Amino acid sequence: MPKIWSYNPGLECAEPEIVEKETDILIVGGGMAACGAAVEAVKWARPHGLRIILCDKAAMERSGAVAMGLSAINTYIGENTPDDYVRMVRCDLMGIVREDLVFDVGRHVDDTVHCFEEWGLPIWKKDPQTGKTLDGAEAKAKGLTLKAGAQPVRSGRWQIMINGESYKVIVAEAAKNALAGYDKAEIIERCFIVRPLLDANEPNRCAGAVGFSVRENKIYIIKANATLLATGGAVNVFRPRSIGEGKGRAWYPVWNPGTGYAMCAQIGAKLVLMENRFIPARFKDGYGPVGAWFLLFKARATNAFGEDYVAKHKDELKKFAPYGEATHIGTCLRNHAMLIEMEAGRGPIFMHTELALQEAAEKMDKKEFKHLVAEAWEDFLDMCVTQAGLWACLNIEPEKLPSEIMPTEPYLLGSHAGCAGAWVCGPDEDWVPEEYKAPWREIGLYNRMTTVKGLFCAGDTVGASGHKFSSGSHVEGRIAAKAMVKFCLDHKDYKPTPKENPEELKKEIYGPWYRFEEFKNATTAYEVNPNYLLPRHIQDRLMKLMDEYVAGASTFYKTNKVMLERGLELLKMLKEDMELAAARDLHELMRAYENRHRVWTAEAHLLHILFREETRYPGYFYRTDFPNLDDANWRCFTLSSYNAETKEWTLETYPYVQIIPDPLGP
Amino acid sequence: MPSYVNPEKCDGCKGGDKTVCMYICPNDLMILDPEAMKAYNQEPDQCWECYSCVKSCPQGAISVRHYADFAPLHGTCQPMRGTTDIMWTIKFRNGVVLRFKYPTRTTPEGSADPNVGKPDPDPALINTNQLFTQAVDGIEPKKPQAVLNKKFEVGALGKTMKIKTA
Ligand SMILES: Cc1cc2nc3c(=O)[nH]c(=O)nc-3n(C[C@H](O)[C@H](O)[C@H](O)COP(=O)(O)OP(=O)(O)OC[C@H]3O[C@@H](n4cnc5c(N)ncnc54)[C@H](O)[C@@H]3O)c2cc1C
Ligand code: SF4
Ligand code: SF4
Repeated sequence: MPKIWSYNPGLECAEPEIVEKETDILIVGGGMAACGAAVEAVKWARPHGLRIILCDKAAMERSGAVAMGLSAINTYIGENTPDDYVRMVRCDLMGIVREDLVFDVGRHVDDTVHCFEEWGLPIWKKDPQTGKTLDGAEAKAKGLTLKAGAQPVRSGRWQIMINGESYKVIVAEAAKNALAGYDKAEIIERCFIVRPLLDANEPNRCAGAVGFSVRENKIYIIKANATLLATGGAVNVFRPRSIGEGKGRAWYPVWNPGTGYAMCAQIGAKLVLMENRFIPARFKDGYGPVGAWFLLFKARATNAFGEDYVAKHKDELKKFAPYGEATHIGTCLRNHAMLIEMEAGRGPIFMHTELALQEAAEKMDKKEFKHLVAEAWEDFLDMCVTQAGLWACLNIEPEKLPSEIMPTEPYLLGSHAGCAGAWVCGPDEDWVPEEYKAPWREIGLYNRMTTVKGLFCAGDTVGASGHKFSSGSHVEGRIAAKAMVKFCLDHKDYKPTPKENPEELKKEIYGPWYRFEEFKNATTAYEVNPNYLLPRHIQDRLMKLMDEYVAGASTFYKTNKVMLERGLELLKMLKEDMELAAARDLHELMRAYENRHRVWTAEAHLLHILFREETRYPGYFYRTDFPNLDDANWRCFTLSSYNAETKEWTLETYPYVQIIPDPLGP
Repeated sequence: MPSYVNPEKCDGCKGGDKTVCMYICPNDLMILDPEAMKAYNQEPDQCWECYSCVKSCPQGAISVRHYADFAPLHGTCQPMRGTTDIMWTIKFRNGVVLRFKYPTRTTPEGSADPNVGKPDPDPALINTNQLFTQAVDGIEPKKPQAVLNKKFEVGALGKTMKIKTA
């Protein structure tokens, strides 16, 4: 076995077969939003015989952010009103959200949760006799359902607890059953979508998308009338805190590389609030969730000296009035208080699980307490097994010892406590202000359509409307799917005609493999070659420069104009080098395109931070040259769009319209 | 090494054209060595420790050795997933063992009915804002209780920036 030119190949690349398909509706992604879209699309498409194709880069059963499961459904309105839900979201996201989109999710989301329950998701209930907690299976055995009015167990005002290990399995099963039960629908798993197809005849019109199989040497050219991007958010754009093997342990699932943001930018669709990011404070290293500990178990967190850091910085938060004083303190502001302590060298921050559980133990008998401890472990085992493993490795029993918490590296997403994403149309109804309709007057007011005709978004890819979570993303997929059917019916005569011919597309998509074949023998080691970079190299350079120049964890999330401009120069060169990516096998070909999507996402993020001359999200990032929150100038949206012909980005501001009256928070 | 495969237990899924672990991994990490007929994780530093492969391997051949960056050796979490429950065995570095069992679903596998027992909606209702369930049940989606529609006239309105990139 020679040592030079050796490596451990994955599935080999070979000259690809070109597979051309035509459909009415193309769903890109197989996560929560895509599964919702599949269920809804079939219902309205069937009477008209419209065709549907769904492409997922993975297997729907365990793809996306919910692969591992979840322990709560974070958006369930129940006894609340959608109006108050809007207030909570706008308060958490510092006063700038598209209230029409948020309200639309809020008024529909419970319907989707009732579907989950019917499909078999175990949802905890309050026992109507004793008031005690029943797990989802016990509740079902007693015939208690949300739909029939049973009380869920709330861990917070909007969240309900579930036994959610199989959450994604169940939701995907319903989606797959819907598509399998319709002869004009097709699922293509392990198909990685690379980029949108532009129409040759009609400007500003999406004609479908192109991708390839990660299992066989096939490229897919999928012509479509309406295309939905439901590909989740972006992770590993920034250098993670663990840089060895632990690079995979990002909080956000490592497999969502920002495809939706990149594809919107590439086709010229507008993005909104791309300066926003999400930096969750989580259990250190394992990144286990803290929500249930704060909300359900009522644990307190302190600095190294036992001080409650949120209470300590109450006055500091007044600087960010009205947001720091509202009934609901924004997630970023809670980070801000923690960061002050950490920067001052008063870390580590401890979550006092031991005190919370000991306090609880005083109020219960032994059996009840044992059950409570099991619930605490389930919170991790259902959605972050690493954290349970880390406790086992560190000999931490939560009823005896506290654990460290810390903010993670930044992620971009639009469905959790973040709001980066596409600028989309909302419902076309009389209560929606003209400002939120005008951008779509020319191309049609279709719910969740981007500013490019025929291109839709749902879930994490939609901007300016965070806090949808798993349930809201699913229902947003349903909302978008129904609008897509209507769009197809209104554009029956459209014949998608991609700009490029199939041969050109094949050359482009397999470019990284052709490059490898051309140059691989120029050096004795595949890893070091002056003619190309491997995807891993591109990713490492991106993560380093974003961390150091664009407010990553190593600078305590701080940046300024000069740093950003320097970062942009380096990013430009990386973007050029990215064209010289090489891929040795199908797995690496996918990595090459994932990194492309990351770089596009990074570019939009950087430009938006440069454009917004204030610190809107303290605790997520700081512009040290504009350290204050500046409502008088900047309580508005920021939009960006890319022009592929001039290779120029345009950033602009857009008015924010408050639909739901004060108070600010719920 | 995040997920790892025990070579004594892995039978390469008996030479089927798709192995279960390759099928399920959301990050395309598990791969079969067709000569050894054993699977392995081809990119351990991209593993999320999501346990999808661990839970689904028919031979129980896959486990996780937690990330070397921060996890001391010998703590483990091993699941056994049945059709309606999951059992976890947690072993601490110091030998403490905990066992938990949780429900996972309340319906038979494969039975999730996307129609939730409802007939198809009237196609004419495509023009409403009702989802199919609401259309069938005649439920009218809510509207805001009160509408302010106040436009914020802030200083930055009208500001633009143009930047050429690669
Ligand atoms: C760690 C964590 C904990 C969370 N906890 C909770 C919670 O407790 N409760 C709650 O309600 N919500 C929670 N959420 C939020 C919830 O998971 C998300 O809101 C939801 O999954 C978003 O749905 P989505 O469809 O937009 O993205 P996802 O569900 O992530 O789906 C993305 C899909 O796109 C596919 N894809 C990506 N790129 C491509 C491509 N190029 N080509 C083809 N397919 C592609 C992926 O394979 C996947 O199928 C949590 C999220 C995370 C990350
Ligand atoms: S699923 Fe299990 S038995 Fe099958 S190839 Fe993978 S490790 Fe081997
Ligand atoms: S644990 Fe998850 S990410 Fe890691 S190899 Fe298994 S399925 Fe893939």
